[in-house]
This record gives sequence, C-alpha cells and structure tokens, in this order.
Amino acid sequence: MSRAGKIARRTFLIGSAAIAGGVAFGVYMVRRTPANPLEEDLAEGAATFNPWVLIDAERVTLITPHADLGQGTVSAQAALIAEELDIEFGQFVTDFGPPARAYWNTAMSEEAVPFRATDDGFAAETMRDVAGGAIKLLGLQATGGSTAIPDSFDKLRRAGAVARETLKLAASRRTGIPVAELSTANGAVQLPDGTALPYTELAETAATLEPVTDVSLRDPSEWRLIGTPMERLDILGKSTGTLGYGIDISLEGMVHAAIRLNPRKGGALIGHDATEARGMRGVRDVVEITGGVAVIADNTWRAFRALDAITFDWGPAPYPAEQEDHWQRVGDSFTDEHLDRVWRDDGDAGAALDGGEVIEAEYRSPYVAHAPLEPLNAVVLVEADRAEVWTSHQIPRQLQVEVGQITGHAPEQVTFHNQYVGGSFGHRLEFEFVKQAAEIANQLRGTPVKLTYSREEDFAQDFTRHIAMGRARGRVENGQVTALALDIAAPSVIASQVGRIGLSVPGPDVQIVAGAWNNPYAIPDFRVRAFRAEGLAPTSSWRAVGAPGAGFIFDTFLDELIHAAGANPMEERIRLMDHDVSRRVLETAAEMSDWGAPLEANQGKGVAFVESFGVPVAEVVQVTDTDRGIRIDKVWVVCDVGTIVDPVNFENLVQGGVVFGLGHAMNCEITYADGMAQQENYYDHEGMRIHQCPEIIVAGLENGTQVRGIGEPPVPPAAPALGNAIFAATGRRLRALPFRNGIDFA
Amino acid sequence: MRFTVNGTEREVEVEEDMPLLWVLRDELGLTGMKYGCGVAQCGACTVHLDGAAVRSCQIAAGTLEGAEVVTIEGLGTPTALHAVQEAWIEHQVAQCGYCQSGQIMQAAALLEATPDPSDEDIGFEMDGNLCRCGTYPRIRAAIHAAAAKLREA
Repeated sequence: MSRAGKIARRTFLIGSAAIAGGVAFGVYMVRRTPANPLEEDLAEGAATFNPWVLIDAERVTLITPHADLGQGTVSAQAALIAEELDIEFGQFVTDFGPPARAYWNTAMSEEAVPFRATDDGFAAETMRDVAGGAIKLLGLQATGGSTAIPDSFDKLRRAGAVARETLKLAASRRTGIPVAELSTANGAVQLPDGTALPYTELAETAATLEPVTDVSLRDPSEWRLIGTPMERLDILGKSTGTLGYGIDISLEGMVHAAIRLNPRKGGALIGHDATEARGMRGVRDVVEITGGVAVIADNTWRAFRALDAITFDWGPAPYPAEQEDHWQRVGDSFTDEHLDRVWRDDGDAGAALDGGEVIEAEYRSPYVAHAPLEPLNAVVLVEADRAEVWTSHQIPRQLQVEVGQITGHAPEQVTFHNQYVGGSFGHRLEFEFVKQAAEIANQLRGTPVKLTYSREEDFAQDFTRHIAMGRARGRVENGQVTALALDIAAPSVIASQVGRIGLSVPGPDVQIVAGAWNNPYAIPDFRVRAFRAEGLAPTSSWRAVGAPGAGFIFDTFLDELIHAAGANPMEERIRLMDHDVSRRVLETAAEMSDWGAPLEANQGKGVAFVESFGVPVAEVVQVTDTDRGIRIDKVWVVCDVGTIVDPVNFENLVQGGVVFGLGHAMNCEITYADGMAQQENYYDHEGMRIHQCPEIIVAGLENGTQVRGIGEPPVPPAAPALGNAIFAATGRRLRALPFRNGIDFA
Repeated sequence: MRFTVNGTEREVEVEEDMPLLWVLRDELGLTGMKYGCGVAQCGACTVHLDGAAVRSCQIAAGTLEGAEVVTIEGLGTPTALHAVQEAWIEHQVAQCGYCQSGQIMQAAALLEATPDPSDEDIGFEMDGNLCRCGTYPRIRAAIHAAAAKLREA
C-alpha cells in the first residue's frame, strides 16, 4: 500500500490540521481519474462512457450511487443525468452501482473545514478544495450530510453530456452525417430527416469510441427537468407494496436469524443458557457472536421467540449506568482541559460580560434514537472465495472492508447489493448490524442468512444522537442584543462513530457546536466555545447531527435575549443578520407568516433561524395553549438551497424535516438506567403522529450561489421555533428537550 | 388453518400464536405489508381482515380459519390501482415508503366507513399509522383527494 493509502486508512481526515497534512498527497491523487468500475463486467456491444451511464442493446442504465433513504435521491440523480442525456423518465432503469472509488463524494468536505458555509472568502474556498481533495484521496463513497445533490449536480450532468456527445459521434460514424447536424431527444439521436436512432442501437458503435469529454453544460434557461415537478421513480412501487426493501429479500435456501446483544451497549456476554430455545420449533441453531447470541430459524418470528427463551448473563456497560451521571459528566466538562475549540470569537465577549447585568441560562438536549420504521437487517452469504451482502448502506466501500475482515476476504471479494430502505436518519451509516450478519453467515458458509432486528433490539442497540448541554451568557442594551457567549459541552459524535471502524479524528469536532457558531449574525461580542465530554454512551450521526441540539440551545438563548431587550423576535434577528441570502430567508418568513398579525391571548408565534449544511432555514411556529395542552396550529418554513431540483419532492422533504424536528422536540429522548436504554419501542419514543401534525407552508428560495441538499437542514430550527412559540403563548421558557417533560401537548 | 388471501384460498400449518404478519411475510411470501414494531404501535403491517383494517402483528394464526384477508397486493396493482393508491401517487406521498402500505390500507378502510372525512376524522382514524419521514400533510391531502374521487365514481 502507498504511504498515502496508509495515512488514509489510519486517519479520517476531518480536522483542519490533518487536512493540511494531507494536501501533498491529495493534490497528486486527486489529479488521477478514478477507474470506471463499469468497465470490468462490460458485455460485448455494451458501452459505458463514465461511471454513471451504461448502455447496451437492451436498455439504458443510469447509475445512482447515493443511497436512497427515502429522500428520493435515485430520482434526483437520474434527473441530473437525464437532463443532459436527453432521455425521459420511463426510458431508462437505475442501479445503485458497485461500490467504487469513482463515486467519491465531492461535497462531504464542506462540513470538515473551520469556515462557515456562508463564508465565500478566499481562505474558506481554498480549504474546501483541500478537504475535497482529501475525501477523494480516501475514495469516500458516502451518502450523508445532505450532500447527494451538491455532490451530483455538476458531475452527473457532465456525465449525461459526455454520453450524449459520444452517442452523437457514434451516430455520425454510422450515418456519415456530421455531428453538427445531429440532435438528441427522447433517448435517441435525431437525424435531420426526422429518423430517430435509439441510444440502445448505437451502443455497439459507441463502445468502440473514445468518449467525447470536451462538453459544456447547458444554461439553466435550457433545462427541461431541473426545477420542474417530477414523478419519483419509486413512487409507484412505494404506493403498491411492490418495491422491495432489504427486509423483503428472499433467497433460495435462506435461513432467518435474530440476535440479542448485551443491552448495556458494548458490554460483554458472560454466559447464556439456550437449552429451551434449541428445542423450539423451527430453530436450527443458536450461536454466539460478538457481545451476544444469534438464533437461526426457519422464520423470523420463531427466531424472535426463541431469543426470549434464552437466559443471559451480561457484563456491565462501558459508560455510566444512570442518566444523571451522564449529565453530571457533561456538566463537569466546561473546563480548560476539555476545551475542544473556540469556534467563534467576534469582538470581546469576555470583557463585555465581565460584570454588570448579565443574562444567564442553561440548556439540555437529550440522547435521541434513530428508529427508522424498517428495523436493521441484512442478508449475507459467505462462500470460500467470496461473500455477498444485500442491505441498505450509506458507506458501501467501508462495508466491503468490514465484512471482509470477518469472513477473511479482500474487500473486492465482497459483493454488495445496495437496497432501498425504510428510512435511516443516520442509522445506516453504522456497520454493526452488517458485521453481525456476517459473523452468523460465516458460521453457516454456503447458506444465505437474513438477520432481522426486532424493534426492541433496534432501540436497545441504537447509537443515538449525542447529548449536549449549553451554558449561555449575554447582554442587551438599548433594546438590542449586544453580547452572546455560548459554551456547549457534548461528547464527540464523530469520534464515537469513526472509532467503531478503527479510525480516529484529529482535531476538534465541529458537530459539538454545529448550528450555533455558524449562524451569520453580527452580534458585536459573540463567542461560541466547544467542550468535549468523554466516557459517555456510544453515539452516531442523527439527522442534521450536531445542529438539532446546538441550534436549539443557540436560538433559544438568542430568543431569550431578544425578549429581555424588549425587541421584536423577528425584527431583531433580521437586524442582526449579516448575510444577504439568510436575511432574505427571514424576511420571507416574516411576510409569509404575517408575523405582526394580532393573535388570541392564548396563542403565540415563535421564530427560529439555524443554518446547517450551508442552508439557511427560518421557521415560524404558531401554537395555541388549549385546555388539553399546547396545540401546534401552523408552521411556515423558508429555506434557500440555491437551486431546487424537484419542487414537489423538495416540499415533501421540508415538511417531513419539520415534522421530524417538532416530533422529537415534543416527545423523544433516550435515557439510561442500569446501563440500558429505558425506551424500548414506539410507545415511548414515537415522534409525531398525524393528529398533532400542523399545516406546514413551505417556501424554497434560490438566491444562494451554491446548490445545497435539503434532507437535514429543515430539522434544526423546528425545536427552538416551537419552544419560542410556547414562550410567546404561555410565558413559560422551556430550556430542556423533550418539551413534554415540561408541558403537555394536545 | 385455511383462509383466503387476496381471493385465493391458502393453507398453512403453523403455531396457533404465530402472528398473521409473519404468516404472510415468511410463510406465504407476501412482503407488501411491513414489520415495524410488533406491538400495534406503528401500523406498517395493516391489512384488511373480513373488511376491517387490523394490525396483522396482533392477529394470531389460530383465529384465521375461514377468514378473508386482503393485503396491499390485493387492494390494487400497478396496472389496476385503487383510488387511494392513485391519490397517493398524484400527491407524491411517499418518502422512504415503508409505512405507506399500512397507511393506504388504513385510509381505504377509513373511506369505506367515512366517505367524506374531516381533518379530525383523519387525525383520529390514521393516528395509529406512524410515518417517521413525516409525510402526514400529504397523507391528509391524498385522503381528501381519494375521497372526492370515490364519491364521483
């Protein structure tokens, strides 16, 4: 392995220092074009022009390597290729493609640099280029961080254009008509006499040509698809029960497995007695795996039931057993020794808040479970010279490595078939469930094994969102907010996450303060510091990662200061805003929600603004304090992603993000007792149900200069907007999530 | 035990207490309805049993003798959609889609009983069907649209 490769394996290049250290290799490696993985298995007469377009005599296949977790990214990626390829929905099929270096995620670097996404300065742009190089160096094929669209936007349109021009050249060779006289439409090259040569008929000729790579992208005024409502490619299958998910996979000779792991996550299995389980109907075997036991049976339910008949002796948890001790440890981390980084230090907050009238508050954001509706599952088949995996995953190449380490295969001997999935919210960034399926299948070589988690196991073993505590101090003068100093202490979610694949994070973890430090306000004295808490429960990226917690803490305290100043919450945010695109977002929210309109005495409106993943989002929530509790009447949400690919799917994702943010803010937390999560199923961690769902009005602006993703950014402002509205309606300031611990909801 | 599924008579020999959910998914290979929670908290496994929307995870196989079960596969097909499915497609309801078979089965039963439901009716009848992606605004709109479509038919 090259030295660069070794560095890449040892260190996950996220912190600024490591990225700076990786530059030299990055520049060298980045300039080499990764191999096209489609060339390996190319049949005679089939043509592939780049890693995203595959055409043979039968069909056009568009490769959509970003995992579709429900956000509709298969359709969006296909639309970007189709835009330039001049092919219509219905004239091609899609495939997730093989795991490959070529599908490295260009856009993942944005969150890795210590510059605000709203900062377009030279230094910020340079560092983003460097970080992008580092991620290409790693060949990091990943779906996450709302990057599928930013990563794909130019790349996939270019892929479509290259394929189109090469097909035109093929048609020219075939007919003798100059390329300049040819055009393309409807999946075919159009000849001057009106004859259409379908791409599939040109594949054989095109396969003999060097791809035409000197192409330019169409002007937005020429777009046919981008910006128009599209019918998602998966919508028919998802409305008729005919789309197959990972959990629906069935293979010849397949057996069903279920597992029980130490509910004290990461703790040991000391012993177990499976005598009764072994005698139960349909049970084929009971085997040990890391940290627990698997039952192998002929049916999922029989496997679940047999697990209940096993007695276990579990070791202790490698983290504090009781929730209060978790909070104690976080609270004890506001020290110089735990200071992770000073992320924002405008003016001199220290001096400004030294004496005089200072406003102070403390906030808490809890552990929260991912709990997508499809429980974790994976099918694995292990044979002597290869392994095969069917599941949904967001980091395919690492999955090959993880499985290969268990089964004794090289990564390229591990074939991965990515699947549609019933939600993720970050759940499918983790590898444990795939490793467990591989451990079981490795003990049953030659037999496909389907591991299905029970809902209770999925809750018990979830690597949750991290907890966070904020301590804030601020000052107001003459009706204005003049100083804000926020300290946030939390465990490093990124360190926990990459630690499980044997990597470390050099430097600070921005997720401790994401959604707080980066908001583009010009508060004269403005400081945000991150403190890292250690030794807590394992955590993982949960939709929007740090921003739901830190954004709640930041915006709620800002709201408190604005009220203390006697200012208008909307007007003061607009006055403080130092970023044109973000200011327009707030102004639009004010207009749409008719902010100043009079309300009933028991009603209130709250506004919150949080920028995450480069997307400024403002949400206005209106509530009524009824005799049955707080009712959310209506939400207005405005965001700016630069360019909206599909306005219908965009609206759906924004509405869903608001529901997700509100539902968890109201109802959800994971707490520990005796080292175990106390919440075990949806009855005590349900998010929002339809009767609580307000009307949600969405506006997507396109003033930003960069194309951004929308999967995560609507989530963070929901909690503070709701809390601020509850304060406006009731005068009660709720400083800890979930709000149901402090107030009732109708 | 013998019962009909989507109009076809089926016979299975399983434990009396095996839930219908697992009979359908693992014994009969019908995977349109989903396992989400196993305790009637999410509604992903909703099917029609003798015309009523039920959580198939709560129906014991031993009670099925002679029953008529309809799953999402029997409600409508990609080439012959039920009005609720048409509305679901027109309103682009699904995100991950995992709950939607259950939502559609529940909505179809709701409209059988209440042809012109209010938002409160929808909130009451659909409350057992969890959508983690948060497609509720579109579910509501699609039910109203399907209701109008069915009333016209």
